[in-house]
Amino acid sequence: MMLTQQVILGLLVGGLYGLAAAGLALTFGVLRVLNVAHGELLMVGGYATFWLFTLWQIDPFVSLLGVGPAMFVLGLLLYVALFQFVVRAQEEERIKNSLLIGFGLTLVLHALAIHLWTADERAVTTAYSGAVLRVGPFAIPLLRLSSLLLAFAFLATLHFFLAGTRWGRAIRATAEDWEAAALMGIPVQRTYLLAFALGTALAGIAGGLVSISYSISPSIGMEWTLKALIVIVLSGLGSLFGSFAGGLLLGLAESMSVVFLGGPYREVVGLILFLFVLLVRPQGLFGSRA
Amino acid sequence: MKLPLTGILVAAGFAALPLFTARNDLLNLGVQIFLATILAQSWNVLGGYAGQINLGHAAFFGLGALVTRTLWVGDVPLALSLAAGALVATAFACLIGAPAFRLRGAYFAIGTLGLAEILRITVGNLLPEISTISAAELASYNMLPRYYLTLALAALCVGTVALLVPSRLGLGLRAVREDEAAAEASGVSALRHKLLALAISTAFAGLAGGAFAFYHVSYYPQHTFSPIWTFDAVLICFIGGVGTVHGPVLGALFYVILKETLALRWVEFHLIIFGVLFILVVLFMPGGLVEGWERARRRIARSSQPW
Repeated sequence: MMLTQQVILGLLVGGLYGLAAAGLALTFGVLRVLNVAHGELLMVGGYATFWLFTLWQIDPFVSLLGVGPAMFVLGLLLYVALFQFVVRAQEEERIKNSLLIGFGLTLVLHALAIHLWTADERAVTTAYSGAVLRVGPFAIPLLRLSSLLLAFAFLATLHFFLAGTRWGRAIRATAEDWEAAALMGIPVQRTYLLAFALGTALAGIAGGLVSISYSISPSIGMEWTLKALIVIVLSGLGSLFGSFAGGLLLGLAESMSVVFLGGPYREVVGLILFLFVLLVRPQGLFGSRA
Repeated sequence: MKLPLTGILVAAGFAALPLFTARNDLLNLGVQIFLATILAQSWNVLGGYAGQINLGHAAFFGLGALVTRTLWVGDVPLALSLAAGALVATAFACLIGAPAFRLRGAYFAIGTLGLAEILRITVGNLLPEISTISAAELASYNMLPRYYLTLALAALCVGTVALLVPSRLGLGLRAVREDEAAAEASGVSALRHKLLALAISTAFAGLAGGAFAFYHVSYYPQHTFSPIWTFDAVLICFIGGVGTVHGPVLGALFYVILKETLALRWVEFHLIIFGVLFILVVLFMPGGLVEGWERARRRIARSSQPW
């Protein structure tokens, strides 16, 4: 009973872990840069949704249509200002430098958010926020359910974009082998730009959904970066649906830990899983290329 | 020969400072600078010289603080408590070292970050109460011993690194940093060197934590495991000059003084400045302040030549 309820809640939050991880996996897989500020970008997207609702009463689900593109533009700017310098380096150096840049960005965004919006925890509270779907004895919060479905819808859209369009194919080719892609006439730098902006937009949308169905504060950034990293380690970088499944798995593991170990160790379980998989299989559970 | 002399002079200058002033705020500033120096320099051993980005440095600082505080409050002599703190931090490092170093580059970084977070959350759950020194200790609280203890530890730490750098071990570390495969091929065991660097690095991190436990009147045990300690160390190292002996010292001076100056107006402001500075350093001046200084000096030297 309690177990099933927890499983439901775990899967619901897991979808958002998946969405957050998909954005990070996209930039990691294509650019070979590890942007540890991903969680902070998510936080920014969350605040955008929150303020659009609080100041102008724009319905959070509608504002996602604006937050996504706005975060896409922010991603373009960040790439041009920072990450384009990083991708010029060799593989090893590239990851290390991107990690450091992301780390600097994390500090700046975190401190800025505290200054601009205070350290308070916030959440979008709409008229329908408390709505609950009752299935037998179980309660499914409607907002979380729609967040999960939306997360899946966004990933599916992105999947078809990557699978079917010219730019999508360019992104996949670059991810596979950027040198070969460049020889085939793919503009690698612009592909990087696009992939990074898409990753940022995904982070922003995930943040919007978090502010709708959970809560945000300036310090959630690192927590979400870690969640995304855990999911990536679980599922590898190969596919968006892999990330989604990995997210669900993490959500499930967390809910299990709540049932069996109690709430305070919820965060620890994911991290232990993370370290374990890192040590045993650095390429991820679902296989595919590292 | 010039550098060690400068170092000794700076240390002597700091040691003489209390003779001229009894102002507690100045001594307090000194303690913070020295703590930051130890923290950054200890990170530098592994991060700067061996090239392993450890984002879990706070774990060792926290362990040192936890053990030292517990023993010291329990009436164990301070020196013994500090040694025990450093020992536990290093022992933990040795325990996790071999598996952790199976991870390369960025994976090592995020792995250590994850590890530190596990410790932080667990300590927060097990020890939720604030830790405060006893009333008797509080009544006789004096900044001077804190000042000299942290100064001595900072001098010890910087001195150790200064001796380490030209040694065989130091050369081996840099070889591993530049090219692990090439180092291995030349007979330098990468794992052994990384483990030694980790042991030295964490011993000093543990000492820094212990000194913090001796210095700070009351804090939550979880606080010493917070990632901010790692972040401070990384920022200071890179801004000062990563992989140099004097870089972290300069960085610590700059960081703490600017932090204290800005804190009056805007608490988090220094992080924005240092975050931006850090990004600029990583992108455009990987040698930090030290490299900037060198560049400026060379430019002046060139422009002052008569032809």
